[in-house]
Amino acid sequence: MRSVEPQTESEVAEILKRANQEGSAVIPRGGGTKLHWGNAPARADVSLSLARMNRVLEHAWADLTVTVEAGCTMAELQRTLAGHGQRLAVDPLWPEKATVGGVLSTNDTGVLRYRYGGLRDLVIGATLALADGTLAASGGKVVKNVAGYDLPKLVTGAYGTLGVITQATFRLHPSPKKTKNVTANFDSLAEAQRVLLRVLDTQIVPAALQLRTNGGATQMDALFEGTEEGIRAQIETLRQIVRVSEASADVWQRPEAGAKLSTLPSRIAETLAGLNGTAVMQATGLGWVSSSSVDSPNLAELRKKVESSGGSLVLMGRRDGLDAWGTPGDTLPLMRAIKQRFDPRGTLNPGVYLGGI
Amino acid sequence: MTAQILSELLAILGPQGLISTPDEMRTYENDALTNFRVMPEAVVLPTSTEQVQAVLRICHRERIPFVARGSGTGLSGGALPVTGGIVVSLARMKRILEVDFENQRMVVEPGVINLDVTARVASRGYFYAPDPSSQSVCSIGGNVAENAGGAHCLKYGFTTTHVLGLEVVLADGTLVHMGSQTLDAPGYDLPGVFVGSEGTLGVATKVTLRIVKRPEFVQTLLAAFASTNEAGAAVSGIIAAGMLPAAIEMMDTLAIEAAEAAVHANYPPCGGLLLVELDGPVAEVATLMEEVAAICRANGTSEIRVSKNDEERMLVWKGRKAAFAAMGRLSPNYIVQDGVIPRTALPAILSEMEQLSAAAGLRVANVFHAGDGNLHPLVLYDRRIEGQEKAAEQLAERILELCIEKGGSITGEHGVGEEKKHMMGKMYAEPDLATMNRLRCAFDPLSLANPTKVFPRPRMCGEQPGEYKPHPIEIAGLAERY
Ligand SMILES: Cc1cc2nc3c(=O)[nH]c(=O)nc-3n(C[C@H](O)[C@H](O)[C@H](O)COP(=O)(O)OP(=O)(O)OC[C@H]3O[C@@H](n4cnc5c(N)ncnc54)[C@H](O)[C@@H]3O)c2cc1C
Ligand SMILES: Cc1cc2nc3c(=O)[nH]c(=O)nc-3n(C[C@H](O)[C@H](O)[C@H](O)COP(=O)(O)OP(=O)(O)OC[C@H]3O[C@@H](n4cnc5c(N)ncnc54)[C@H](O)[C@@H]3O)c2cc1C
Repeated sequence: MRSVEPQTESEVAEILKRANQEGSAVIPRGGGTKLHWGNAPARADVSLSLARMNRVLEHAWADLTVTVEAGCTMAELQRTLAGHGQRLAVDPLWPEKATVGGVLSTNDTGVLRYRYGGLRDLVIGATLALADGTLAASGGKVVKNVAGYDLPKLVTGAYGTLGVITQATFRLHPSPKKTKNVTANFDSLAEAQRVLLRVLDTQIVPAALQLRTNGGATQMDALFEGTEEGIRAQIETLRQIVRVSEASADVWQRPEAGAKLSTLPSRIAETLAGLNGTAVMQATGLGWVSSSSVDSPNLAELRKKVESSGGSLVLMGRRDGLDAWGTPGDTLPLMRAIKQRFDPRGTLNPGVYLGGI
Repeated sequence: MTAQILSELLAILGPQGLISTPDEMRTYENDALTNFRVMPEAVVLPTSTEQVQAVLRICHRERIPFVARGSGTGLSGGALPVTGGIVVSLARMKRILEVDFENQRMVVEPGVINLDVTARVASRGYFYAPDPSSQSVCSIGGNVAENAGGAHCLKYGFTTTHVLGLEVVLADGTLVHMGSQTLDAPGYDLPGVFVGSEGTLGVATKVTLRIVKRPEFVQTLLAAFASTNEAGAAVSGIIAAGMLPAAIEMMDTLAIEAAEAAVHANYPPCGGLLLVELDGPVAEVATLMEEVAAICRANGTSEIRVSKNDEERMLVWKGRKAAFAAMGRLSPNYIVQDGVIPRTALPAILSEMEQLSAAAGLRVANVFHAGDGNLHPLVLYDRRIEGQEKAAEQLAERILELCIEKGGSITGEHGVGEEKKHMMGKMYAEPDLATMNRLRCAFDPLSLANPTKVFPRPRMCGEQPGEYKPHPIEIAGLAERY
């Protein structure tokens, strides 16, 4: 496998164009922290690293937006934004190494999702280099924009199968003035879920809310952000429902995960009943199942259960005999048609995606 | 349209579901952008997904273009019929199918009116957040197609944030389910591209929505300034202080006058009026409201009023939401423009608009979603005066060019539709548009779904790709894995 490290958008486009003509497969690479997610590529000839395209191009702090090259690490981006008391409200894995392009392409998500939405809700523009060397801008630099199709959302979570992201623009949020974490303990997951649903039905608005469980004993953690008075009042309200104690920010540490799980908040307990390992579930219904303690047959069974109730289980890291994505729905032909239009020769990350895309 | 096809349609839809006489089709000739009109060949009013599928299969077989239509309140000609085509009205598909309070989700048919979604869940303290000013009449299907926004989207996000899943009939009649009840369904984010696609990617027949718990407390501050410049400076101050209000709206003298005349909102007469709404826990709103007031004072406000109850608050909003329609009181005709700028460019663009307005001899009223830089300049004119309509159109278009020059957008919420498609080439370069067209071709290779809209000129899709053909090695790889 050849490695290339272009420095400009037009170099990226040139490399892709040539590979596309030769019939070589290109594996885009950011920090390389999640290259083992998704299925193994069917072919891999060129490793295209975005590492040298790592500048923060424009932090328009007064407009609460930032435009950044895809190879910039999340940590570096956040340091720049913090200079003006702002942040991109996502907290992905391994921020010191993970890049903006890699995080967008894998749609990595953290605990702030509950309050601030996913990357799809934060990305407002992206420049793409397509397999045939076309460079295309989409979206824009303003928070509100409905002119044309929302291609930044299309490439979010597309695992680099449609084009290489060369730069992206995001909407930002002010960093919180004050934060506080609290934790409650439960003997059973079912009881924890019951309380979680009650909390969801109140008017308190945590920035993050999660259950940590081994199938039995469970903790519920809440992160509050805002003013001193607001935080105090909300914790007061929470205390009317459940006993909580103050906790450190460590409760938000993400475990080494084997799979990303998505279910309905009301189905968390039912889904994880009999879990042979540990899991962290966000109040959004998204969560992670630990890698160390769950083996492949277990994951396969869990997937069956989750899918039968409308959810999904996606592997983070490869397992023999298990597809990374699970059972495709009736949109697979449409997804294949999109791939066909964007990358007809299968140059970009062939085979890593859903249904062999 | 041949008698044969009409009778096929009749068989599918029944007499209540088919309109084909010009007289009865008059109301479907246009949307709220009334200067464009096209008489369709027929209007169908299906009551089920199956009927929509059956109709689109005929369209596909006969190569008849179709245009979906919700309530027809669109302001860019999105629901304008296309010549030789049919209109698919979703107005009779208006059932709320499912309400799941525990998981804060709902499933509705596309013809459901925006406000009826909130009405259905209000008793349990929930609401549907996207709140276009037209919310008492516009449909969820239309909101999805336009990615509709509203004053409170500053904090809560636009329609796209609130759509989790979609049932869609594609242009060949195929039924697909995009997204899901749960987050991050594996595969491409199809709801992400369908929302805002203006009816060009298919017809939505079911929509899964997110509902939101009402905040504990909501309060609105109204501040009067000498001009929109001071009001704009106050907005910058609020953002710089690290606050994210539920809404920040601004109106200029003319807009205030019109709103006063229409609904007597009791606004103070001034050059620039700011509405700032905060919501959340009582204790937090109270603290932040004081901070907002202090910022307004520092920027020279002449009067501050903070709502004491919901009635006062509703009155303040009534004026704002009536602002477009109220223009009829000031001028026989007007153009509602919709453009976006980076918020910090506000003073610059306002003074440029003032010069343009003076030069053209036409009044321009301004209503903004000031928090996110979405401008709604209203260009006033009198059609009876020779040349004024043309001049008004030119002025409205020049304002959009200014938005592009400032790094903004030609539309923040009303869509491109018919009206702005010739501006797309000014905002995007040719390869950008060609890339968007690839998506369109993947969904609708024959260009039957609202085909003449959004893009500057008709685009072909090239050869129709067959089923995706994976590389032989991929097949080998897959065989190994399964
Ligand atoms: C050749 C090779 C093979 C490897 N195989 C494995 C393995 O099988 N198992 C294993 O555990 N580790 C493997 N690794 C190690 C793996 O790379 C490390 O874990 C590593 O450091 C991953 O980077 P990121 O965080 O920036 O996102 P990445 O992990 O770099 O990228 C995540 C995904 O997004 C895509 N992507 C990244 N940036 C962009 C962009 N700008 N535009 C479009 N798409 C983009 C990538 O193609 C990838 O699909 C491999 C490393 C190499 C070099
Ligand atoms: C007084 C007034 C105030 C307004 N204020 C706002 C505002 O604050 N914010 C805002 O965003 N807009 C506003 N609008 C514009 C308009 O109300 C919105 O664009 C609304 O979303 C259109 O909904 P509709 O049901 O009327 O759709 P229509 O006008 O019937 O159609 C709009 C588009 O949606 C497509 N469409 C409709 N239904 C479907 C479906 N089921 N599947 C696929 N495509 C479909 C149509 O083909 C068309 O392209 C305002 C309009 C008026 C008249």
